[in-house]
Amino acid sequence: MNAADAISRRSFLSASLLAGAALAFHVRLALAAENGAPVGTLTAFVRINPDNSVVIGAKNPEIGQGVKTMLPMLIAEELDVDWEQVRIEQTLADDKIYGPQSAGGSRATPVNWLPMRQAGAAARAMLVSAAATQWGVKPDALITSGGMVRHAASGRSASYASLAPAAAAVPPPAFETVPLKPDSAFRIIGTPRRGVDTPAIVRGAPLFGIDTDLPNMVYAALETCPVFQGVIKSHDDAAALAVKGVIAVVPINSGIVPKGQKDALAIVADSWWTAQKARALLKVEWDLAAQRHFSTAGYEKAAVSSLSGAPQSDILRKGDVAAGLAGAVKTVSARYDYPFLAHATLEPQNCTGLFDQDRLTLWAPSQAPTGGRKQVADMLGIAPESLIIHLTRIGGGFGRRLMSDYMVQVAQIARALPGRPVKMIYSRADDIRHDFYRPAGWHGLTAGLDKDGAIVALKDHFVTFGAPDAPVRAAEMEATEFPAQIVPNIHFGASWLQTNLSTGWLRAPTSNAMAFVFQSFLDEVALAAGVDLPTLILRTLGEDRLLPQVGRAPQFNTGRARKVIEEARRFAAWDGKRPDRWTGIGRGFGFYFSHAGYFAEVVDATVSKSGQIKVDKVWVVGDIGSHVINPLNAEHQAQGSVIDGLAQAIIGQKIDQVDGAVVQENFDGFPLMRIDSAPPEVAVRFVTSPYPPTGIGEPALPPVIPALANAIYAATGQRLRSLPLRTAAV
Amino acid sequence: MAITLTVNRKHYAVSVDPEKPLLWILREDLRLPGTKFGCGAGLCGACTVLLDGQAVRSCQTPLSAVGAAKVTTIEDIRSVPAGKHVVEAWIDLDVPQCGYCQAGQIMSATWLLGQTPDPQDADIDAAMSGNICRCSTYLRIRKAIKQAAAATQADKAA
Repeated sequence: MNAADAISRRSFLSASLLAGAALAFHVRLALAAENGAPVGTLTAFVRINPDNSVVIGAKNPEIGQGVKTMLPMLIAEELDVDWEQVRIEQTLADDKIYGPQSAGGSRATPVNWLPMRQAGAAARAMLVSAAATQWGVKPDALITSGGMVRHAASGRSASYASLAPAAAAVPPPAFETVPLKPDSAFRIIGTPRRGVDTPAIVRGAPLFGIDTDLPNMVYAALETCPVFQGVIKSHDDAAALAVKGVIAVVPINSGIVPKGQKDALAIVADSWWTAQKARALLKVEWDLAAQRHFSTAGYEKAAVSSLSGAPQSDILRKGDVAAGLAGAVKTVSARYDYPFLAHATLEPQNCTGLFDQDRLTLWAPSQAPTGGRKQVADMLGIAPESLIIHLTRIGGGFGRRLMSDYMVQVAQIARALPGRPVKMIYSRADDIRHDFYRPAGWHGLTAGLDKDGAIVALKDHFVTFGAPDAPVRAAEMEATEFPAQIVPNIHFGASWLQTNLSTGWLRAPTSNAMAFVFQSFLDEVALAAGVDLPTLILRTLGEDRLLPQVGRAPQFNTGRARKVIEEARRFAAWDGKRPDRWTGIGRGFGFYFSHAGYFAEVVDATVSKSGQIKVDKVWVVGDIGSHVINPLNAEHQAQGSVIDGLAQAIIGQKIDQVDGAVVQENFDGFPLMRIDSAPPEVAVRFVTSPYPPTGIGEPALPPVIPALANAIYAATGQRLRSLPLRTAAV
Repeated sequence: MAITLTVNRKHYAVSVDPEKPLLWILREDLRLPGTKFGCGAGLCGACTVLLDGQAVRSCQTPLSAVGAAKVTTIEDIRSVPAGKHVVEAWIDLDVPQCGYCQAGQIMSATWLLGQTPDPQDADIDAAMSGNICRCSTYLRIRKAIKQAAAATQADKAA
């Protein structure tokens, strides 16, 4: 059986009449990976009500990326209903029914682009078939629009709702035979659509995980070990339990220490404020001895020491980098670094759980409920199927909620209080000090240029966390890092440090740091070559072609890269001139390919005499494939990503560690971008290319950081090689 | 002892510790979850409400400090003339991304328009820089405030 057969056998559509004459379609589709192998199934859910309104299930977690609007747009387009007829319902989390439901990696668009459309088209085909039978005409004589089937020759028409009983009895079509609309017929895809939850958000409706409210609910605050991987030696909760309103103190395991150990105490009370207050009365003796020596100063010292030696392991060896550098006309060397970062979602981590008769129900603001289900089941020793997971709207993800610690924690608290719903909420200090941080990193780079100014050799010594071939989460570096696939002589090596911090994926993981390092360094190389950065990149790209596939990473198309770079030059009227003096006003360029999206960005920045950085304007040009499904949201995602990237650069974001514990506790120590520091204008333009659409939640972020650093160089002559950027007075 | 509180034009009698912050009374006792918890320290503005028309951080406002003042939250912001236009501009321009901060943003913007009917960029910066949007929807927030200002002015002229 070949892959295509396997897929068609696992795909089916069923239609059933519900009470009240609503028609429900359950469309199950096998999902294929890019290489055609089946990777899972996906169920789309559509209900046509007797009033001809349509309910479409939104299956992916909504973190502000717009997926709750975008995926149903794909179904509605092919079902051929008006968007105004459509109402969206969030589905439960259940990957056995709905297929992949994670919000991560900008994957929702590429994974769902075809299956969601096929689902809508198949449901439409059944309605058309029902009408054709009723009217004794051929299905291809019928047209649809706005939830109606029409027969032009006879002038007959029928609403989808009126066809429901007949459609429920139609044999479902084979998906491969159901035609999809030509692009020219799109009436929803490619049109601006507001977020489906926007009216409820501005009404203050209870959409978010933290808004979960259940009868008889109690609240939990957590006293978590201030030092990662520390555990409870002993505790005295008598004073806390004596506080009026406090119900229980429950020792739990956050999932980062060995089973059997406990690293947090949950204080449960009739009010979260009471629980948080009582928390101060807990007496806990922690076992921290093994963790106290971890510190930011220690990492920096070890990294600098590593960089002066040889890498401990190889990431990529190609050609002969020593010979390449020896034969170079010019060489450029520099060291770059960046700090640990927190996610700081504005909605603090929280989760609500109810353990009742061996079933656990969770209301989880989770970006990855499938992973959470497994970890909770494992921690409690219950079957994964005994969990019911409700997906709530999420007050910011940025990768933080790909981790499931809050689910694991509330599950243990809920089990200790069977029959009582428990809402657990982190304080802001808990949230910042118990994150899964973007790991810090250090790079020692050298590039060699030939007499024509072409890069002939490039080496990077990357100091990161983990062990050879086993980086901690988000601490890896790809062998495809541009321009490694093109330059003939490459050596990427790594040295490895240890940390007790948990690390994780932050929006555009690895790319958010690598873009800064490589695009800033390439600007230095371009300067040595006597050209501007876009010219150096275009020259390096060479002819339009697809670079070889490496691992699971999306393939790099040099032609798509070239087009966005050329378009960004036009859009920003980039003249490529290097300044002949430092005026405090400068312009910089950055390009990056990540999450299958190609982005070129230009930043105009002003540096004041005191060294204050102000971003005046940003131009963004992106290629995310053949269609920008919802342009209203895509523009906004690009703008938000750009300002998010600038926040990592200019407002002093970093996480420091002393004696094993994180120092920062709130938005004074770990600042977030505010309106008075945000650029007044971020101009966004998309170029289309004949490839399936890809995601827009992440790829616009990485290039803005080096574009800003390069602009500051153009403004002041200061080459800033460390994040967050710190300028000296000029 | 029960303390009387006026929220969104309704009177409530609550029997809680007078030191309990208004934020948690709104969310837990009055079941008005539109006002959000962000930082608990007056640094992010997610919990902003109007107290007799003045924007305050409800996480820093104990019940004992509310007294007879009238509290307005996002759930009733349309009852304030400028608030209605702010909410409509927010919908029209599709300002929210994740949406978590937006109740606080709308409260601060409504207060701004009450003070400064035709705000310039510097006024917007001054009034809104206490409200963090982690998704950085600032470009649309700025535009929506100007749109709401124009609509509020047009109302007055009519």
